[in-house]
Amino acid sequence: MEAAMGLMRRIHPKHTETALSALLSLLPHHSSDLLSQLDQPLQVLCDMDIGKEFILCEYNRDADSYRSPWSNKYHPPLEDGQLPSPELRKLEIEANDVFEIYRDQYYEGGISSVYMWEDENEGFVACFLIKKGKAFKSSESIFVTNYAVTLNDCVCGEDGSKSGQGRRGYLEEGSWDAIHVIQVGPEEEGIAHYCLTSTVMLSLTTHDESSGTFSLSGSIRRQMNMDLAVVEGHLCNMGRMIEEMESKLRNSLDQVYFGKTREMVCTLRPPAEVAQLRLPDS
Amino acid sequence: MADEEYEEVLSDKQKIEIAKWFLTNSPPGEIQYVAKDVRSVLMNEALYNTACVEAFPVLITTFGELNKNEYLDPRTAQVAIVDHVKQVCTEVRHATDEELPSPYIEEFRCALDAEIVKYVGEAYPKGICSVYCTNGKDVEEPGFDFEFVMLISAARHSPQNFCNGSWRSIWKIEFKDDLQIIELRGTLQVGAHYFEEGNVQLDANHECKDSTMLQSPEDCAVSIANIIRHHETEYLASLETSYLNLPDTTFKDLRRKLPVTRTLFPWHNTLQISLNRDITKEIGTGK
Repeated sequence: MEAAMGLMRRIHPKHTETALSALLSLLPHHSSDLLSQLDQPLQVLCDMDIGKEFILCEYNRDADSYRSPWSNKYHPPLEDGQLPSPELRKLEIEANDVFEIYRDQYYEGGISSVYMWEDENEGFVACFLIKKGKAFKSSESIFVTNYAVTLNDCVCGEDGSKSGQGRRGYLEEGSWDAIHVIQVGPEEEGIAHYCLTSTVMLSLTTHDESSGTFSLSGSIRRQMNMDLAVVEGHLCNMGRMIEEMESKLRNSLDQVYFGKTREMVCTLRPPAEVAQLRLPDS
Repeated sequence: MADEEYEEVLSDKQKIEIAKWFLTNSPPGEIQYVAKDVRSVLMNEALYNTACVEAFPVLITTFGELNKNEYLDPRTAQVAIVDHVKQVCTEVRHATDEELPSPYIEEFRCALDAEIVKYVGEAYPKGICSVYCTNGKDVEEPGFDFEFVMLISAARHSPQNFCNGSWRSIWKIEFKDDLQIIELRGTLQVGAHYFEEGNVQLDANHECKDSTMLQSPEDCAVSIANIIRHHETEYLASLETSYLNLPDTTFKDLRRKLPVTRTLFPWHNTLQISLNRDITKEIGTGK
């Protein structure tokens, strides 16, 4: 397993899917470990009943079907598929609605989904997902069923960012996949413990006549723990944590991570002070 | 210059160091002569070969590949025999005349090599370069076309800082006799990987073209080196620009730093939220 993880860390992010498929075929008995520990780009399905897309992950999967947060039904249909309690489902619906607006304000496009389920400790777990940018084709993936379709095929896609093309025209191709998993502990004296684990996978590519192709991609994962009063409701607390975390991750990626690659380029070839041109003797 | 003599007996290691010193300090363009002399002075093939390999790391590239395991280093006219699996050079031998270009071609190649070595020395702190004749190496006189490939490679491995990077330039240089011009085509590739508690990679490449007049070997060399220097410097500048644009444009297209309202999202205020949603719907999501 360690070797597999090591391999995945070294592989260029754009080859992640292929590498993962290869490892899954080499180590079939480790598949659940691999899938849960590795960051993979998010896949999407269309809920035909409602006419909206939803994001797929381990947290809305049961057997080979995925539960839509809009209709609360499994695709493809599943008898006795796991469902959240009616109470939790109410919170889940509200979370999806509010998160959709949050997503629109920050991402101006994209897709979001929220899934919740009870855990053994009388608390619950919520998973907030955002996908902006290109969707992946299902044929190359092992863990998604035949029913997965690309954004292009889905008739009902209502978000305009199919290819992540920036409105300002600078971004050529790009994708941002965010997975936020919050464990909410039982409420004690009006306070609950929240543990947020966030993973962001990102890629940016620009093409230009004069400067060629420039591509940055990568992923980071961070954790945040907080004890908060529940007076304004769980959704409020979770939302604020996620917002703070996303900003931190965005800044970190931008300044630290991309910054380090920029530093490396300047180390390889320091910017020239003056270009000394030597004229050939005539 | 190579006439110093020592009374004491030197260890092999010391001899190699001396040989290396001569090789690395030889004036550009005269390396082959210095190499020949060093070889004579050393009077020991094995030591000479080791010194050569240590002084000039041989670029292992398909352009210099003679056959599966043998790679030519045109600068020192040596052939390195390599074990790919172990990633080690197992042996070095002198190149045969058939493997080397004709004196006419070599004049051009050598002049260009000298200029490029100078350029790479100035521009890349740890760069290595090589010029190979990929076409027409047996041309003996004007009247025929020939082609060179020039490679520059610079790499930095810093695993303790969780950072690695590499720069590779491949320049195809065509000498067209009938038109009396030289056409250049460059492919520049840059990569960087930072992986401290995360994993981010830069992958950038660029293609460029240029041309200049076919003149004497020395003038050609200077011209070509200038062109290459110009394009590579420009490319570095455009990489910098791409990085500068990142936060405000490219990245912003993906995720804004703040909503248009310039305030944090009003999680607690569901009335505000539904107002926002209604407004957005009315504007038709503004896309």
